[in-house]
Amino acid sequence: MARTRYATDRGLIARMGATMFLLGLVFCAFILVLFFVLFEYQRRRAGAGGDNGSSTGLIVIAAVIGIGSAFASYYWSDKIALSASGARLVGPQDSPAAARLHGTVDRLCALADMPKPRVAIAPVQMPNAFATGRSSKVAVVCATQGLLDRLDPEELEGVLAHEMSHVAHKDVAVMTIASFLGIVAALLVRFAFYSELFGGGGRGRGGGGRGNSQGGAIPIILVVMVVGMVTYAVSFLLIRLLSRYRELSADRSGALLTGRPSALASALVKVTGDMARIPTRDLRAAEPLNAFYFAPAFSKRAGQFSMSSIFSTHPPLEKRLKELDKISQQLSR
Amino acid sequence: MGFLDTLLGRTKPVPPNLDALFALPSAAITLQAATDFQPTGTGSVCFRAAEGKAFSDIEKDVRDLLNMGQGKTSVEVSLDSYGFTWLVCQHTGDDVEGLVTDLHAVNSSLELGGFGPQLLCTILSFRDSPGRRLGLVYLYKRGSFYPFAPLGGERRDSALEMQVRGSLGADLKVEPDLGRWFPVWGAPGL
Repeated sequence: MARTRYATDRGLIARMGATMFLLGLVFCAFILVLFFVLFEYQRRRAGAGGDNGSSTGLIVIAAVIGIGSAFASYYWSDKIALSASGARLVGPQDSPAAARLHGTVDRLCALADMPKPRVAIAPVQMPNAFATGRSSKVAVVCATQGLLDRLDPEELEGVLAHEMSHVAHKDVAVMTIASFLGIVAALLVRFAFYSELFGGGGRGRGGGGRGNSQGGAIPIILVVMVVGMVTYAVSFLLIRLLSRYRELSADRSGALLTGRPSALASALVKVTGDMARIPTRDLRAAEPLNAFYFAPAFSKRAGQFSMSSIFSTHPPLEKRLKELDKISQQLSR
Repeated sequence: MGFLDTLLGRTKPVPPNLDALFALPSAAITLQAATDFQPTGTGSVCFRAAEGKAFSDIEKDVRDLLNMGQGKTSVEVSLDSYGFTWLVCQHTGDDVEGLVTDLHAVNSSLELGGFGPQLLCTILSFRDSPGRRLGLVYLYKRGSFYPFAPLGGERRDSALEMQVRGSLGADLKVEPDLGRWFPVWGAPGL
């Protein structure tokens, strides 16, 4: 039996598992609390003889819109990302840069035994890359013109291996499912807020329930709002944490695929180093796509822990370099 | 990749399938019988050199091993523009079996050293009397073969490739997914 140099990063896997477990827990708690609140509400309203449809209706609408938008962003993720970044699908014969990109992707696919994704180039000078698409069959790997101009072949290969690991890990699907709960909670808060603003009078007319059953319409809607807000905040942090872990595992898989962790590391340094000098307008235009990118378009000053690091979609540069360094040592042993 | 691997975001490097390589000599005979193509005696192994001393030690051992053999073998090492390493072995045209044995020695050394996942492909090259070039490419990770016929200027002779696929279909496991017939432009030895 041939030996293998592949080693699982158990710590990373355990942390990722724990994050997902917590997300599931928040999801369950959210639903339970919501049901409990509604049940309680209905019991009291029934006693008061008023209508009880409004909160349930809100939740159903929020869930339907949440599912709808999550599904849409999942199903059309490739088209959305391509049009948001202004990228264009290219064939191998289109230009020398496209030929090089295709050649690199071809070889990575043959190494990793995965179907070839489509290849796109975004005419942006900011050096970056992203991968999207709900399955490996419709996946798109996109590099910006700036990336092609600035990186040498090995670094480019490292970046593309990272992106193709995202495809192999089905990160679009995982992150969509993970963020679905956050979307629903946020919608619920918003709807509850608006219905409180505009619909409050209507319920007041509906019955004298507000007075005699202490905790009538307004407290219930407030409770729903608070539950939604807490859920949103907690799930937001967990999703960002999950995103950072998935970046680290894409780094890891990519580096193991090419056997050159240090090429990926130097690409990271180049990309993030260049990023700091990009005009702000470009950065702002790139913001919505952040979670898909190779390195975030917004980066804080290196070297210090700050609040922003728990909100960011990508791990800090030092952390990523340290992990790549570990893999490099593993490989040369 | 299983559900759990997806959930936990891990991919294991794919191990190569080495044994199918020995189907090449008989395929070469079939190809000679069915078409005008003759083996040139050149074969190459392409792999992605990993960084670090462990890999360079193994690579050196492989080169020494091949050069130590009988005088008719010659081995050249070259690096292509994508950073992949090619070991090109040159035998006489009729010694396809010896060539494949040499190529297999490269594979097993890399695999024993734990670098099996770094293997990309192996190419056995053919030529017909008008001088058209044809490579039989073996994909380690798929365990399948496909023909690659380069023309000038990064174009490929798809008609010829289809014809070769037809004549080899019975002997070799030809890659069924045409999307995986990736071109290897400027492959050394082809």
